Amino acid sequence: MSVTYLEAIRAAQEKALAEDPRVFIYGQDVGVFGGAFKATKNLAAEFPGRVMDSPLSEDAIVGMAIGAAIEGARPIVEMQFADFSTVGFNQIVNQAATLYYRTDVPCPIVVRLPSGGTLGAGPFHSQSMEAIYSHYPGIVVMTPATVEDAYSMLLEAVSIDDPVVFCEHKLLYYHLKAEKLPDTAMPAGKARIARAGRDATVVTYSAMLHESLQAAEELVQEGWQIEVIDLRTVKPLDTDTVLASVARTGRMLAVGEAWPWGGVTAEVIARVATEGFGLLDAAPMRLNAKETPVPYHPDLWAAHRPTATTIAARLRQLLTQ
Amino acid sequence: MLLARATEDKLASLYRAGMIKGGVFLGKGQEALSTASAIFLRKGDIFGPLIRDQAGRLAFGDTVLDTFRTYLGSAQGPMRGRDGNIHRGRPREGYYAMISHLGAMVPVVAGGLYARRLRGETGVVGVTSIGDGGTSTGAFHEGINLAAVERLPLVVVIANNQYAYSTPNNRQFACGDLLDKAAGYGIAGYKCDGTDPAACLETLHMAVQSAREGNGPQMVVATLLRLVGHGEHDDAGYVDASLRKANVGRDCLEVGANQLAENGLARPEDIAAWTKEAQAEVEAALNKAQREKGPDPSAEEWCAISTARLIDGHSGAEEE
Ligand SMILES: Cc1ncc(C[n+]2csc(CCOP(=O)(O)OP(=O)(O)O)c2C)c(N)n1
Repeated sequence: MSVTYLEAIRAAQEKALAEDPRVFIYGQDVGVFGGAFKATKNLAAEFPGRVMDSPLSEDAIVGMAIGAAIEGARPIVEMQFADFSTVGFNQIVNQAATLYYRTDVPCPIVVRLPSGGTLGAGPFHSQSMEAIYSHYPGIVVMTPATVEDAYSMLLEAVSIDDPVVFCEHKLLYYHLKAEKLPDTAMPAGKARIARAGRDATVVTYSAMLHESLQAAEELVQEGWQIEVIDLRTVKPLDTDTVLASVARTGRMLAVGEAWPWGGVTAEVIARVATEGFGLLDAAPMRLNAKETPVPYHPDLWAAHRPTATTIAARLRQLLTQ
Repeated sequence: MLLARATEDKLASLYRAGMIKGGVFLGKGQEALSTASAIFLRKGDIFGPLIRDQAGRLAFGDTVLDTFRTYLGSAQGPMRGRDGNIHRGRPREGYYAMISHLGAMVPVVAGGLYARRLRGETGVVGVTSIGDGGTSTGAFHEGINLAAVERLPLVVVIANNQYAYSTPNNRQFACGDLLDKAAGYGIAGYKCDGTDPAACLETLHMAVQSAREGNGPQMVVATLLRLVGHGEHDDAGYVDASLRKANVGRDCLEVGANQLAENGLARPEDIAAWTKEAQAEVEAALNKAQREKGPDPSAEEWCAISTARLIDGHSGAEEE
């Protein structure tokens, strides 16, 4: 048996619904249709009245989830695409993110964002919004890169008492497979060394993990051993694991699919530079998407985001600096 | 209407052949309403089409060639490969380029009209369309309310095609009729049968005229059924089969053909000839677009603002 990333997300929701009557799922077309990407397939039939189609109203959807959470429910909200969460942005960053700090009442909602670029998706169906939500205190931002993490981190997202923005990557939905779902898991908030190395550290997350691992493989032929860290959760950010790795390798490249300005890679570099300056043998580098809206044409898109090839090229620069 | 249908039929077959970049979202069954939305507009007016407005786009002056250019990602199309298919537009020509976020065009078209008023232009009209699902967005409510307060000449055309993706009307709104909303905003409202071309033309003529005369925002609600899936990837298995057989499921092209015949305006053979003409135009445009090049990533400027001196020095250049 093998499980895809998407099936893991569905399985986690199924388990959460089965184990906790306070859980419900709300979002556009999540009911009988099973969601635009089929992440809630069959769940409406299995859990009558708890997996419901919402109107086309992101602001209201998130607001409704927050109200329900105040009353003790544990809602999972599906955005049809991460991009549309901007319409519910106010409720996420002002209402959900501030509730606990202001009132001592936690806000256990999960907002699932089908994130990241895919072929021909264009500027409104491709965005990576993890940095934007991470900027706000009061939100946990998960960015699973593996099938196992998609499953265990979503379950954890539902179980913790804080609002979680769950950035699942659309490109991984169908292609990424695992043999089975895990029984135990690393907790969210801890980074994982996805590949051990000694010459440089790549810090990355989500779909870029796979591009980075591929780049690391490419460089083996040139005699380099690259360590690759999967952040798993970008907020909180596991600075300890990153610094420990940089202490071993002396060089760091941060890779992210999102735009560079003020992004996750900027934060990683800021931390390494301020907390681990003495560990560095060369200036830290980063690689992000280019600073334009995500282009629609596949050729432009391929040049817009980092790929194994551009990551490998940047690593060669870093290694010879 | 015939040209839009011929264009979309071709788009669907290109999609099935894997020749289109990105998704394909068609307006089959909505050509009558869409054409009527744009046909009474003049140069200087504003049109803010949505997903299913291929027909209205052509009626407003978009070309079949630009349609194919965009779907095929030609660098010569209006979007230069940067954005695609249904998002195309030429804002300087009053042909606004939608974003995916439904509802968002309502206040934008209102803003365009406001600027025209500031410039002293009178008799200008702006039309934008939206689906039954889009009426649930905050931007739709806020946009119409704002336009109503400003008494802007905005016509909002609501295509109630019964489903928003898979979501039926009864999960989308709880008022008896979407037209009830017009009263809530204090604007004029009209209803029409979206499968009936004559009715669509008559209704939109009234609404556009009234807006042009300074009577503030107008809302048109047309009832019809989307005759295809949400996109070409969707088999629309969720559509209630009885709707397909009901009046609402009629094909407006067939209704139109009958209307023309009944009034002695065109015989079936005329329509067959026009269809052939439309198909020939579509083939010619497609052939041309297919020979054009896509954008060249190495020649891209990778820049999203027009103020050269404010371009972030470490953005594009740094990545090379
Ligand atoms: C704000 C926003 N949320 C979600 C979507 C995703 N989406 C695209 S089309 C669609 C259904 C639209 O239904 P409707 O407005 O009735 O128009 P129709 O497709 O039926 O013509 C949805 C949910 C979107 N485009 N914008």
